[in-house]
Amino acid sequence: MAEIIEVPSPFCGIGTDDLSIQVDGVALKVVEHGCAVNTPAFEQAITDTRPRVDGKEVSLEVAVAKAAALLKNTNQPVIGGCATDVNGMRALLALADRSGAVVDNMNFTGARNNFLALQDSGWMNTTLAEVKNRCDVLLVVGVDLEGFSPRFFERYLWNEQSMFLEDTGKREVIYLGKAPSGSASTSPNGQKALVFDCANEDLPDVVAVLRALVKGNPIRIDSVGGIAVGRTGSVPVATLPPSVAVADLQDIADKLKAASYSVVTWAAGALAYSQAELTVQTLSEMVKDINNQNTRSSGLPLGGKEGDQTANQVCGWTTGYPARTRFSSGFPEYDPFLNDTNLLLKNGEADALVWVQAFNVKAVPPVTTLPTIVLGRSGMTFEKEPDVFIPVGTPGIDHAGHAYRMDNVVAIRLKKLRDSGLPSTSDVLNAIEHAL
Amino acid sequence: MLIKLTGGAVYDPASGVDGAKQDIYIQDGRIVNKPIGDVQVDKDYDLKGKVVMSGAIDMHTHIGGGKGNIARTLLPEDHRADPVARTDITRSGCGHAMPSTFVTGYRYAEMGYTAGFEPAVLPINARQAHMEMADIPILDKGGYVLLGSDDYLLRMLTAKKDQKAINDYVAFTMQAAKAIGVKVVNPGGINAFKFNQRKLDLDEQNSHYGVTPREILRVLATAVKELGITHPLHVHGCNLGVPGNMNTTLDTIQGIGGLPMHLTHIQFHSYGKEGDFKFSSGAAQIAEAVNLNKNITIDVGQILFGQTVTASGDNMRQHANHKHASPNKWVTMDIECDAGCGVVPFKYKDQNFVNALQWAIGLETFLLVDDPWRIFLTTDHPNGAPFTSYPHLIRLLMDRSFRNDMLSTIHPEAQKMTTLASIERQYSLQEIAIMTRAGAARLIGLQDRGGLSAGNWADITVYTDNADRQLMFEKPDYVFKDGELVVVDGKVVHTKWGTTHVVKPDYDASVEKDLQKYFDRFLTMKLGNFKISDDEITEDGRGSLTVHPLKGTVA
Repeated sequence: MAEIIEVPSPFCGIGTDDLSIQVDGVALKVVEHGCAVNTPAFEQAITDTRPRVDGKEVSLEVAVAKAAALLKNTNQPVIGGCATDVNGMRALLALADRSGAVVDNMNFTGARNNFLALQDSGWMNTTLAEVKNRCDVLLVVGVDLEGFSPRFFERYLWNEQSMFLEDTGKREVIYLGKAPSGSASTSPNGQKALVFDCANEDLPDVVAVLRALVKGNPIRIDSVGGIAVGRTGSVPVATLPPSVAVADLQDIADKLKAASYSVVTWAAGALAYSQAELTVQTLSEMVKDINNQNTRSSGLPLGGKEGDQTANQVCGWTTGYPARTRFSSGFPEYDPFLNDTNLLLKNGEADALVWVQAFNVKAVPPVTTLPTIVLGRSGMTFEKEPDVFIPVGTPGIDHAGHAYRMDNVVAIRLKKLRDSGLPSTSDVLNAIEHAL
Repeated sequence: MLIKLTGGAVYDPASGVDGAKQDIYIQDGRIVNKPIGDVQVDKDYDLKGKVVMSGAIDMHTHIGGGKGNIARTLLPEDHRADPVARTDITRSGCGHAMPSTFVTGYRYAEMGYTAGFEPAVLPINARQAHMEMADIPILDKGGYVLLGSDDYLLRMLTAKKDQKAINDYVAFTMQAAKAIGVKVVNPGGINAFKFNQRKLDLDEQNSHYGVTPREILRVLATAVKELGITHPLHVHGCNLGVPGNMNTTLDTIQGIGGLPMHLTHIQFHSYGKEGDFKFSSGAAQIAEAVNLNKNITIDVGQILFGQTVTASGDNMRQHANHKHASPNKWVTMDIECDAGCGVVPFKYKDQNFVNALQWAIGLETFLLVDDPWRIFLTTDHPNGAPFTSYPHLIRLLMDRSFRNDMLSTIHPEAQKMTTLASIERQYSLQEIAIMTRAGAARLIGLQDRGGLSAGNWADITVYTDNADRQLMFEKPDYVFKDGELVVVDGKVVHTKWGTTHVVKPDYDASVEKDLQKYFDRFLTMKLGNFKISDDEITEDGRGSLTVHPLKGTVA
């Protein structure tokens, strides 16, 4: 039995790298600095170690040959999931280039809210160490931050010391949209976050009013959301979500403008309504507006779980585009809507599915009648057995690798913790590519 | 295998060979002396009428790191206009302003380049820089690590730590980030922007630390010299793009007190504020200062007209410049108490007075600096123009009548504000070879690169002599990388992987004690997880590290 310290996590998105993990054979136990996201993800037991073809255990060579045979005469396979490390994505993109596939990260529909805003008007963003040392007001929009990252507050807000704040406990936290699920956002001094709850679909209006107030534009209404015009009349009054008072929004705007370094955070995937990219854009433009009013402010998009930023980064430098890109014309073509795995399957535009998910046994492929090849984390179970299943190692557990944190700048060096004998995603995908 | 290149006109400034007809022999990746006795030549290339140079080296090009990937992500429309299809031997991708990594390698090689150096490697983002560069085929690469706005250094300066302590920190960071040089961008300015300062002159204090850019430049230039790093401190100065900034630049040259210093993309720092538009050329004064101060080297950062994207660590200046964004979208980032970045798309227009004069200022600088060993050909890719415009730029330098034809088409008021028409100088092939090969290798401290004498690695480019220098430099007949033929008639015929050039200056291991405390208290990563290990570069079987020597004696 060995204990490995300073273990970085590819699961939580915020780049925690202080975990201590006990290794007993292939069993892992998080003994220090675990959390509701990381502990189960590290401790997930290995079940399958051998690949299967048509449900029967085979050697890796046989599984790879079968996968190559299934891909050989396809016109437009889809490679979905795309949840792996940098080397895994490199191999995945090489295979896609060779086979004319569509590459689509499983979290892209959420991330698209950010990409569309970025590609239309850009943003001013920051990273976690700046938050840790500078942020004096944190505005959390439309997401339960501690549910998303249980250790965010402990690591980056309630840190004992910061370079530029005398007392980190005096930072202000404001929730707009979604209320926190626990008390992690309460400061060590006992100061609670301000919470302004509203329905998700009211956020576009609420955020638009907030930006208008930041800019000093006059607002003629008293409240936003809730029973505002346009809501369906069929909802019983008692269950209507609360509205947000414009006076409260004015208060938030004043705090943002008075702060030395405010940070506005959101999770693109949590903004689960149509055209949520406009909400991201409004927030990002609001941050720019604040920076034009003689103070500093920055955006902080949340993400980075299970290889989503990694997929977009590697696809970015390899093709020029984020990870919803097709190679069927012989060169990369990005379409954030049409290259959606689920849409391609539904419309009959794909002729095979490759699913790559090295992190999460629960993130199973969509069910399809098409030939299906799964490179999945050991322990994955299926409603419908895929034609080929190859259990692969998890980056940061079974092999070393690199993964991007939510703020995109920092690639963490993942460690190998045990000898499981499971191949890496890149080993398997490279072998399939060579077999083609 | 023994390869012979027969009868080409060789331009090898490293050996003082200026166009003499010479044969070159290649064996096991290196250039060798003519074998003694009767040795079988396996492959003989007849190079009569051809021009032979070593592979070109771009000493300042943004080819790896986060801001480049932001630039890529920001501009899908630019990629769509230049799709690059897969072939049997090459990967697909995209081109134009900020090409994909694979296309970057192919297109550089197809112009006869065999190495490129990323000048702005943020320590915290160094992994990304190396991972991107690891996906650039054919080229050798390396990076200059960015210091000067990192809170750790500024805290050291406020605490009056001695030069030795700073040297240790610089050496540690170079090793941790796998760098071959040190760069500073808007010294202290990226940090000051985080405290809401919007400009920072050479002697202006950071509002929190009380430290000035002048002090930062001096301690870092001293560290580089005392550590024996060959490449002088690589400086992107204060006040980029600000009319009148030539005075800051002249001050910067004087203020460094004779220490070796490289001023990068100096075109953006050579502006006066004369004339009706309060914008004028400072190239003559800057060139005069460069000519007089032998400790100074520069690269130009020439702008060329058309769409591009600017990607810089200088978020302070990029934020100020965002109003010029075309198309109107832009990104800035504050990064990890380490640095920052700003990405702003630009469309330089020949009928825009400022852009037209920027073009002329760059060319004036090239033509007024006397010593080609101290000036380097860059567009600060992609900031002034994509690197694919180099052959055009070479023609502008080598062909006065072409240059003056182009000059006559730009904004008429800009034509009046430049002396370009009266400058007769035309660069020779040897001078081009100095700027793009021998000089660059010497400046960076690359051992066994940039020359054609025996012992050098066989990075060799063969051109057909052509009075149209753009056509000549666009399409080499042959390019050899480490002795392997990679390009024929301007097209990649074979790919391979280049090495990563680094230096490993020594430091006192005790520096890590303080750093560890600092990382634990203030940063978001363990120190041990911050350092890039050798195997991160080499483990995929494609990458390798080449460690270059330090200068022997410490002053």
